[in-house]
Amino acid sequence: MNMSTKELVKRLLKYVRPYRFLLFVAVISSFISVAASLLTPVLIGDAIDFIVGKDNVDFSQVIRYIGYLGITIAFATIFQWLLSWSTNKLSFSTVKDMREDLFNHIDRLPLKYIDSHAHGDLITRMGNDIEQISTGLLQGFSQLLNGVFTILGTLVVMFIVNWILALVVVLITPVSLFVAAFIAKHTHDMFIKQATVQGKLSGFGEEMISNAKVVQAFSYGDDADKYYAEVNQELYNYGYKAQFYSAMSNPCTRFVNGLVYAAVGITGALLAVNGIGSVSAGLLSTFLMYSNQYTKPFNEITGVITELQTAMAGARRVFAVLDEPTESDDSLLPEIKECDGTVRLDDVSFGYTQDKILLQHINLAVENGQKIAIVGPTGCGKTTLINLLMRYYDVTDGKILVSSHPVTDVKRDSLRKCFGMVLQETWLTGGTIKENIAYGKRDATDDEIIAAAKAANAHGFITKMSKGYDTVVSEGGDNLSQGQRQLLCIARIMLTHPPMLILDEATSSIDTRTEIKIQKAFGTMMEGRTSFIVAHRLSTIKEADLILVMNDGNIIEQGTHDELLAKKGFYYNLYNSQFAPV
Amino acid sequence: MKRLAIHLKNYKAHLVWGPFFKLLEAIFELIVPLVMAQVIDEGINNNAGTGYILSRGFLILALGVVGLCCALICQYVASKCSQGYGTLLRNDLFSHVNKLSYKELDKFGAATLVNRLTADVNQMQNFVAMMIRLFIRAPFLVIGAAVMAMIINFKLALVFLAAAPLIALVLYIIMSRTVPHYKTVQKKLDTVTGITRENLSGVRVVRAFANQDYERTRFKAAAEDLTRTSNTVGAISALLNPLTFAIINVAILAILYFGGGIVNDGEMTQGEIIAFVNYMTQISLALVVVANMVILITKSSASASRVLEVLDTQPSITDEGNTQVVPDDDAPAVSFDHVCFGYGDGEYALDSLTVDVRRGETVGVIGGTGSGKSTLINLLGRFYDVSEGSVRLFGTDVRKYPLEQLRTTMAYVPQKAVLASGTIRSNMQWAKKDATDEEIWRALEIAQAADFVRGKKKGLDEIVERDGRNFSGGQRQRLTIARALVGSPKILVFDDSSSALDFATDYALRKAIAESKGDATVFWVSQRATSIKNADKIIVLDEGEVKGIGTHEELFDSCEVYREICLSQVSKEENAR
Repeated sequence: MNMSTKELVKRLLKYVRPYRFLLFVAVISSFISVAASLLTPVLIGDAIDFIVGKDNVDFSQVIRYIGYLGITIAFATIFQWLLSWSTNKLSFSTVKDMREDLFNHIDRLPLKYIDSHAHGDLITRMGNDIEQISTGLLQGFSQLLNGVFTILGTLVVMFIVNWILALVVVLITPVSLFVAAFIAKHTHDMFIKQATVQGKLSGFGEEMISNAKVVQAFSYGDDADKYYAEVNQELYNYGYKAQFYSAMSNPCTRFVNGLVYAAVGITGALLAVNGIGSVSAGLLSTFLMYSNQYTKPFNEITGVITELQTAMAGARRVFAVLDEPTESDDSLLPEIKECDGTVRLDDVSFGYTQDKILLQHINLAVENGQKIAIVGPTGCGKTTLINLLMRYYDVTDGKILVSSHPVTDVKRDSLRKCFGMVLQETWLTGGTIKENIAYGKRDATDDEIIAAAKAANAHGFITKMSKGYDTVVSEGGDNLSQGQRQLLCIARIMLTHPPMLILDEATSSIDTRTEIKIQKAFGTMMEGRTSFIVAHRLSTIKEADLILVMNDGNIIEQGTHDELLAKKGFYYNLYNSQFAPV
Repeated sequence: MKRLAIHLKNYKAHLVWGPFFKLLEAIFELIVPLVMAQVIDEGINNNAGTGYILSRGFLILALGVVGLCCALICQYVASKCSQGYGTLLRNDLFSHVNKLSYKELDKFGAATLVNRLTADVNQMQNFVAMMIRLFIRAPFLVIGAAVMAMIINFKLALVFLAAAPLIALVLYIIMSRTVPHYKTVQKKLDTVTGITRENLSGVRVVRAFANQDYERTRFKAAAEDLTRTSNTVGAISALLNPLTFAIINVAILAILYFGGGIVNDGEMTQGEIIAFVNYMTQISLALVVVANMVILITKSSASASRVLEVLDTQPSITDEGNTQVVPDDDAPAVSFDHVCFGYGDGEYALDSLTVDVRRGETVGVIGGTGSGKSTLINLLGRFYDVSEGSVRLFGTDVRKYPLEQLRTTMAYVPQKAVLASGTIRSNMQWAKKDATDEEIWRALEIAQAADFVRGKKKGLDEIVERDGRNFSGGQRQRLTIARALVGSPKILVFDDSSSALDFATDYALRKAIAESKGDATVFWVSQRATSIKNADKIIVLDEGEVKGIGTHEELFDSCEVYREICLSQVSKEENAR
């Protein structure tokens, strides 16, 4: 988990490797453009030295230097552009590869990881963190490159031209570093406080606004206003300080630059007057410009370091996900070619964590075509059973056989294709209705799709929409009601004709009248197919061949509806509670 | 715009002093090259002596120190003023949103409102700060440098007049080209993260259909698309620095070329040429700032119009002029009198409902999705106003009630169980701020939530995270029910609010409420026939139409829709029980 910075850089470099040509171009361009832009002030200074005063201008020399200047400027311009272009391309390509790796990795992570980690956090890594790596690489890298070359270049030239003036510049410039560090330290604290309060405020605002209707129902608005204003005031107190501290750095570094400028000017003038080191006006002008160039990277260095640090932090978070173990490789395992519709559970035990075993020693044999209903109070382990059947999770103990194959010995995809699954939580992908229905069979013809929609009782509402089957399902799915979304999920299954069915509260969000029609459709579909049905509504499961009554992770009763009622046990009570008078 | 500027009222002085000090600093900054020119011309070329050079040196230093002070004052003023402005605007916007009624909230949607409250207000706050810091300074530096150049030598200053607009043009063209592209890049990045989000939330379905490879191709395409656009933008914006560099240096070339001639004629000195070169560099820096300012203004004006749109939206439901209503004890608790309501121009979502509900009665409302159940509830709490007819509460039209009184008279349990961050206690005290622990426990008891709350380490002080996500769906639902029960409201409304509960808990809940409600009137909206079977009155709705009102027995015999619903859920014999 705790990757060293060295290791981190190594891994980042691995991503850069395929694009090392661009890296090479960037370094060369940076070198040439810096060299050229450093040469410009020298040439300008030289030219000025030929413009001394009235009747004392050497035109031929001035024009010669102007020529040199023109060439230098052209070089600087071209290579500056090349530097930006290559670092841009380098970072965008690198980051693209990283994103794909991350996505492919996420796609192979076990559900155990995905269920137990906040999705928002993973999405932030994909979006924000990688974006930060990109800007870090882009700006951090090109600025660092330019900065180092500039500092080295100016130093060399300044010392060659006049070591005394160079010494003046070198001695004063670090002051800006101290100032910047001092300010950064104070700003940092305030920024952290500000960010915390900002988060609190936005969180509260979002909470209240997205639940505005409830807020109104309880006339809670005034209280919310009051609390909001309180936190907002807190934000103000930190905010203006944070802003002021960070705004100090610009004038302060500018002041230090001014200091360097003055010191160089005055020292230079004094040297010239006293005839030490042959300082001319042109040379002084060169130096003044140099001192500006030299200090610039120092001013920017705090920014660059922050940039690189956030990039590193981002990289660390991205690599942490990439280091998570994926589902075991199943590419060499055989497929379930023909599913015979049988399922067997041999002494299965399972817990999401080792210390809390949820399912205990479960045995079950399901014949082809049987309807198995699973009932029980909330949190009793119904959904867990489905997680195991689909091999979203692996059993802690025991064995599950589907079509006589142990689920761990076949390709996951082929196992999952044995089941058609409709869950309580409807999930649709961003795309048209047509694409959504065809999600399980993307080469389906329009006729097949329409037939499936009809079977799911969805054809009616789809055709009523202005774009029919080509209506785009919006991201939040706001343009479809919960019930309509569920119908699409059902149509999706109707198209694939899976050998077995899993219905987990599939009709809970559909109104009863539509449900009747869907139940009929399900009825035809379940004909001859092994089905697992989880439901609250007892009427939907009465017809089952076998009812498993679960409580606290155990199957406490099993049998048909009539058998279970005759038993007068847990099921009997559960069933009767819905008819008890109130 | 006035509405936005109003919050600057307290900061009038800041708005004057901030730019003023910044201006002073800029003036000092402009003087420095002049002094340096003197150092060279008088000090070096005319041998004015060490004393002269040192005195000029101190002058430059003094200018620097005074400039620094001015700049710091300006930054301080800008920070206070802009943050203060943002704070006031944010408060105003938040409390305005809280006053909007459902209709307006539906129009905007929560996501945009939150965005406007955070990102847009921050953008405007930023704008105020930048306005104080740069609005005056940057253009002043550009113009000032040009004027100074003109004072030194008018003819040579023409180079400035040619170069400055050219730089401005380049800046403008490149930035106006790239800014819209940045939006596209952002959108494409959203697609990339969107696919990731989808794959996380739909991980079960994706894998059930063995569609991982397909999703990977989809992601790859989106990522490549993003990279392509980024590269295009990158290539254009990469032009910015080299081009401005080139123009400035070519301008310096021109200064040297023409300047040489002018100096030769004796109209200018060498030091003045150096000053000229200096001003040229200064101008280029300031122009970059000006260009950024243009972008900032465009962005901020977009933000401003978004914020303004919200502030200018008046809540359609107000209680202005309504005075405290004295409930009429003899009138029905609730009466709907030929109530019609439509959300838009289209069909009525609820068509001509007339029913009287006596105090203490339990009313069941049943129907499929889109039948008008929630509409009925929304009209009762005056979250929308009726299109026709009237809704009366204890004899008085709901439109005559002060909203606060109306909404404390009734308590509402929403379909979507959400809690606010805080503690269990703070959530329970929403309706009644001074509710005692005893009252709260009683409500939890009835809502079947007492057991699991007791099981929490901190009891009532257990932390509730945002949206109550540290509780299960069923627990949340029971807590929202308890929240409504605190304060013993006269009218209780359950909007399909026990859907996450299993039958046994649902039953226990209904029983407890029936036993403890006293003379409170209860509305029970549900899709489950069994939940409302024993109500005193059942209202059956279908696509906005009232299909029947009566008891279970009456309706089962006379109302076809109702019978169909019942039969679909339980068999015939059981309905008879």
